[in-house]
Amino acid sequence: MTLNDRLENVAIIGAAGKMGSGIALLMAQEMALQKLQPENQKKTYVLNLIDVSEAALVGLLKYLKTQSVKLAEKNIVNLRQLYGDRQDLVENQDIINQFVDDLNLNLRTGTDLNIAKDSHMVFEAIVENADTKVSVLKKLNEICKPDTFYFTNTSSIPIKLLNDKVGLKGRIIGYHFYNPPAVQKLVELILPKGINPQLKDAALELGKRLRKTLIPSNDIAGFIGNGHFMRDGLHAISEVEKLEKEVSQVQAIYMLNKISQDFLIRPMGIFQLIDYVGIDVFQLILKTMNPYFPKENLHSDLIDKMVAKKVLGGQNPDGSQKDGFLKYEKNRPVGVYDLKKSAYQMLDSGNWVKEAEKKLGDLPEGFIPWRGLLQDPQKADKLKTFFKKVKTGKTLGTQLAQNYLKESKAIGEKLVSEGVAHSPNDVNGVLLNGFFHLYGPINDYV
Amino acid sequence: MTQLAKPVYLAAGYHTIFLGTGRKEFHPKKPRPGIDHYIIEAGKGAISQINDAGNIDEGVVSNFMAARFNRQGNLAAFIPSIDPALLYKPCSRVEGACGSGGLGVFTAIKSVLAGVSDTVLTIGVEVQNSVKAVYGADYLAGAGYYDGERKNGHAHFFPDKFSERAGACFKKYGQESIRTAMARWYEQAILNARKNPKAQEYHNGIGDLYALGMTPPNPKVFVENLNVFDCSKVTDGASAAIVASAEGLKKLGIDKKDAVELVGFGISVDDLKQPPKDLTKLVTTQKAVEKAYQMSGLKPTDLGFLELHDCFTITALLALEAACIVKEGEGADYVREGKTHQDGELPTNATGGLIGFGHPTGGTGVRQAVDIWQQLTGKAGDCQLKIKSKKPYGMMINMGGNDKTVAVMIFKPAVA
Repeated sequence: MTLNDRLENVAIIGAAGKMGSGIALLMAQEMALQKLQPENQKKTYVLNLIDVSEAALVGLLKYLKTQSVKLAEKNIVNLRQLYGDRQDLVENQDIINQFVDDLNLNLRTGTDLNIAKDSHMVFEAIVENADTKVSVLKKLNEICKPDTFYFTNTSSIPIKLLNDKVGLKGRIIGYHFYNPPAVQKLVELILPKGINPQLKDAALELGKRLRKTLIPSNDIAGFIGNGHFMRDGLHAISEVEKLEKEVSQVQAIYMLNKISQDFLIRPMGIFQLIDYVGIDVFQLILKTMNPYFPKENLHSDLIDKMVAKKVLGGQNPDGSQKDGFLKYEKNRPVGVYDLKKSAYQMLDSGNWVKEAEKKLGDLPEGFIPWRGLLQDPQKADKLKTFFKKVKTGKTLGTQLAQNYLKESKAIGEKLVSEGVAHSPNDVNGVLLNGFFHLYGPINDYV
Repeated sequence: MTQLAKPVYLAAGYHTIFLGTGRKEFHPKKPRPGIDHYIIEAGKGAISQINDAGNIDEGVVSNFMAARFNRQGNLAAFIPSIDPALLYKPCSRVEGACGSGGLGVFTAIKSVLAGVSDTVLTIGVEVQNSVKAVYGADYLAGAGYYDGERKNGHAHFFPDKFSERAGACFKKYGQESIRTAMARWYEQAILNARKNPKAQEYHNGIGDLYALGMTPPNPKVFVENLNVFDCSKVTDGASAAIVASAEGLKKLGIDKKDAVELVGFGISVDDLKQPPKDLTKLVTTQKAVEKAYQMSGLKPTDLGFLELHDCFTITALLALEAACIVKEGEGADYVREGKTHQDGELPTNATGGLIGFGHPTGGTGVRQAVDIWQQLTGKAGDCQLKIKSKKPYGMMINMGGNDKTVAVMIFKPAVA
């Protein structure tokens, strides 16, 4: 069975979730484009969108409608050609409407796994918990045909474990999209031992069609992305704990967030990133990974305390950021959570922010924010100059930034030396494409 | 018509801000003024320079596609909203695609020449940010032969028409020569617009404009031979002026030193159903320009400055050739050598042109006439050119569609 055959009937489990909805959009678009090919026009295409809540599925359909209009607008040049033989479709508006209708005609929603029974390709994007994933995959393996391929979006659970516990005999692959899947270029590809070669081929071909950058990772818990992110986050937390001897915890969190965003020229600070992913999700991934790394302690009391307080971050259904370590207004940080007071200290109240910034010292000369460098063709040179200043700086800020750069590099090198990543390039590729960093952690800056 | 039967003047010009992407006050998701607002603001701007709105005999609104962009017809009936003194005056709306503005001024001129009116308030307006560019492309395709061309046309209909012209010029004159001149034209347009506070590109602060202009085209998402910087943007804006006879100027209390005098015009229209005979020439433009030269008795070297219709960078090069400023195939060199700069041999589009100032399609012709009036009466602010006494003439070329409807006018100061 070819990829094209499989694309006639696809299921997404956890389709209304943050990752599932993005995967649903990508697949809905790909299937609608397939249907437009002359040889496929008589075929029926079905995309089963399965989730636990009908309400969430209604939200998903709304999301897909809005996003498919945007996709069609963006791809109008190609769509005009694909609908070239339809004399009734003259205007761009006609063609966009028709494409959106055609795309939506392929969608079926439901809360019952049984609707996936004829699907030849199943994407799993449910909660990041091995037992839950095993249980759902087992049910699917009973419902679906024995040649069905499974694409799991796990970001941390070894694929071999899922394969063995469910008994999938090489019919599962790690296909880890980054959030939001429709935008982020990266897919981490995890090929477990004993994978069906046809599944590997289909996964590679699909990646091309979806215009994704596929970066292979070995089948070791956390893979490259979380392998770096979790340790990077834990480093920031350990620095917070050290700083707490001199400043308040709220100030320390603020300072490390600023170090990781401005002094490291990243798209967002580390605590904002943890909030974006979800503090509970961060905790779950640590729990999943920890048993596989007996020499390390992938755990954080601070994270546990935040989860215990039910301050979890994550996103609202409309994509806006929920409060976590930081409080947000219009997706911008406006406060930092004070665990002792169970309340946020606002950035504009009192002098605590000024004090914290004074302690850090000024940003080194040549600082340009992440956004300003993003499209700059000379960004490599500008980063080099800036990090030279960081390296020779004597302020607390530059010291913390140097430590951070060193730790991030050490984590990256460890991922290579321990066989998670095939090469430093792959580590850097994941951070560049999945985390939107301007430079890889394995660099010459430190 | 070989010569004007009596003097015709233009005065009391006004521009609204030309709004669209690039202006700091523009936000695609925030509500914006509607077409009535622009007509009224521009009209009031002109009227504020005369003694009494009641002395205006007639009104003309030029507009291309309000019926689709704004779902609004009967635009002439907005004129009384400008001032109650305009109630029940004769008003009409004129359309000739992106050449509407030029036809509007022409209509006012005819009225004055015919003795029907001594003073005509002339407004050009378009409000196009009401829809995304991908849908606006369908509306603008109405400037072509819709039934015959739209279905098989490109998603970006007009950019593609001029991409074809650019491709033909690449082939005939060499790609590098044309491409680099197009990028230089973009650079000049933005640099001029930065001196013009009403321009859409006034806030443009990009460093290397030439490099941006050289961005390779991406036919997968746009067209074969043009990048987005080769194109004028989507603009909301209006301009207004008053066209008057000598008696009209007196009646309005306008001193001649604040007016310009028409010395010649040429209007030319080609068959909309026929494709261009030669993609490397603007034949209809040339016909209109020749008529204007003939009527005025002027030759290209008499011109002090030029306002041409650079809907795309390639059009600017071709328009210089059609206007006989240079020989065929020499437009690119002329631009590359900086001869169209504000301090060049023939300053062209000194306020930014369609690419820099903005292109509210149906309003552009009036905008050009107002710009010429500003230059010749010393009201052009930071864009003011040094007008040589031997060359006190400004010419405008306003083009509708793919060189289909062209209006050319030449003015001089009303007081020598």
